[in-house]
Amino acid sequence: MPEITRDEVRHLADLARIDLDDAELDHLAPQLSVILESVASINEVAAEDIPPTSHPIPVTNVFREDVEVPCLTPEQALSGAPAVEDQRFAVPRILGDEQ
Amino acid sequence: MNTLITRSASDLATALGAGETTSVEITQAFLDRIAAVDADVHAFLHVDAEGALAAARDSDERRATGDIRSRLDGVPVAVKDVLATEGLPTTCGSKILEGWIPPYDATVVRRLRQAGLPILGKTNMDEFAMGSSTEHSAYGPTRNPWDLDRIPGGSGGGSAAAVAAFMAPLAIGTDTGGSIRQPGAVTGTVGVKPTYGGISRYGLVAMANSLDQAGPVTRTVLDAALLHEIVGGHDPLDSTSIDQPVPLVAESAYSGVTGDLAGLRVGVVAELGGEGYQAGVQQRFDEAVELLVKAGAEIVQVSCPNFVHALAAYYLIMPSEASSNLARFDAMRYGLRVLPEGVEAPSAEEVMRATRDAGFGDEVKRRIILGTYALSSGYYDAYYGQAQKVRTLISRDFERAFEQADVLVSPTAPTTAFRLGEKLDDPLAMYLNDIATIPANLAGVPGLSVPAGLAPEDDLPVGFQVLAPALADDRLYRVGAALETLLEQQWGGPLLDPDKLDKAVAR
Repeated sequence: MPEITRDEVRHLADLARIDLDDAELDHLAPQLSVILESVASINEVAAEDIPPTSHPIPVTNVFREDVEVPCLTPEQALSGAPAVEDQRFAVPRILGDEQ
Repeated sequence: MNTLITRSASDLATALGAGETTSVEITQAFLDRIAAVDADVHAFLHVDAEGALAAARDSDERRATGDIRSRLDGVPVAVKDVLATEGLPTTCGSKILEGWIPPYDATVVRRLRQAGLPILGKTNMDEFAMGSSTEHSAYGPTRNPWDLDRIPGGSGGGSAAAVAAFMAPLAIGTDTGGSIRQPGAVTGTVGVKPTYGGISRYGLVAMANSLDQAGPVTRTVLDAALLHEIVGGHDPLDSTSIDQPVPLVAESAYSGVTGDLAGLRVGVVAELGGEGYQAGVQQRFDEAVELLVKAGAEIVQVSCPNFVHALAAYYLIMPSEASSNLARFDAMRYGLRVLPEGVEAPSAEEVMRATRDAGFGDEVKRRIILGTYALSSGYYDAYYGQAQKVRTLISRDFERAFEQADVLVSPTAPTTAFRLGEKLDDPLAMYLNDIATIPANLAGVPGLSVPAGLAPEDDLPVGFQVLAPALADDRLYRVGAALETLLEQQWGGPLLDPDKLDKAVAR
């Protein structure tokens, strides 16, 4: 039976870029195991030759004419930004000390 | 209480056309009602009285010159807080978007404005539409107008409660696994999830983009059809939008009101009923089926054996898509930014981690982590891949069932509204509320919930679900309107009546 350990939850949260503290790990790990156990039966349902469905209605790529259309102004695009500098999104440093 | 608020949207539109009232008068009546009861119900996260009245004045002025933009021009509407509204806060029920004001309108919202519907405000919801009770809203739960100690369903509990408590004649919801239909069932309102792609998702903040679908939330089936007509139809801004005319939903609702269903084949789905369904829910469902027989419908029993796996497939596909979609909340371009404590000059990644921990609630974290797991290498084939295959099997079950029947029916939800807090920390028990609604999302077919009466054991509303093949949304409205007419003849009027609601809101 699949079980997500506390360490695995910590690793997954790390992959998903969420800081979880110890209390949250204690709380979430057992819940995730229960959920996972309940969906595990899915493994035995479908045979090899069943094609997967990613999308309920058949879709094809959609193109449009390559013409200019109105879009957000820089002021609009930046209106919700946590920090702005010189008409750009201002972000924290993106490189670590060692890089 | 102004009696205008108890009238259906279509009645209000008729009254506007006859010059009996004005959009300003109607809009003010609903704003007054919100002011009177929403402190108890908490259906709204934001009320835009000024904007709604300005749009109402505009509608009245246009009407005076003969410029009428739609059948519902001047009739106000509430919008679920998951749809972007230019100039109005859009939070998705999350702290991570607290205070965010979108610079653009969702297509649904743009169409509402163009059709002349004043927007009353934004309705409460489970955070990022993840939940079945609206208790996962970061801004506090919405309460069920029938009993304020109970849940209004979710994720669109705000839209359903607003309509049920007569704070709005119309609302927009979104349905990924039942978030329009299940709140409809437990609040005694009408909710429709159209065919996937039938209503544009542009500007709808995505949870699971292959499942999400916006749709109408109303008190009558005809009102739902009129609203569906306004917001439905192809949108070049949504690449999954169906490039075909909107099905003739209003005409079908009008034809259903006659109560004649001669020649219609109605399939009762064996897997969606019986064990696990509350006795009073099953009873009201069975009685409604009998009414359909009296209306001339032919009942066939159908089996959809793979529906028993729908919940498992859904709880792999939905979190997988959600974990990917919610990666956009990265604290860089909009929304919350939280600096980690005790870190000097934190990196972007450290800021991201701290922000996502502070900004997301428990249920969102659960689903992101579950989705991250299901998509991990080594687990992908066993979980996400298998779930996609089961999705194929469920679509095939629908195809076979629709060879035998024109529509399928079931109870919308297995129980009536449960008490606030009852399932809050038991995710699995919460997920079971969606057992009858999820198959339609996985297959992309349309579904409707219409009130079937009150369960005898608790006097709380029961929902009756109708499902139709993809693109045949019109059938939902014919059957829904027929059942509504026949039931209201028995009840002597609509199920929803301000006097029957919780005494705190029955005034």
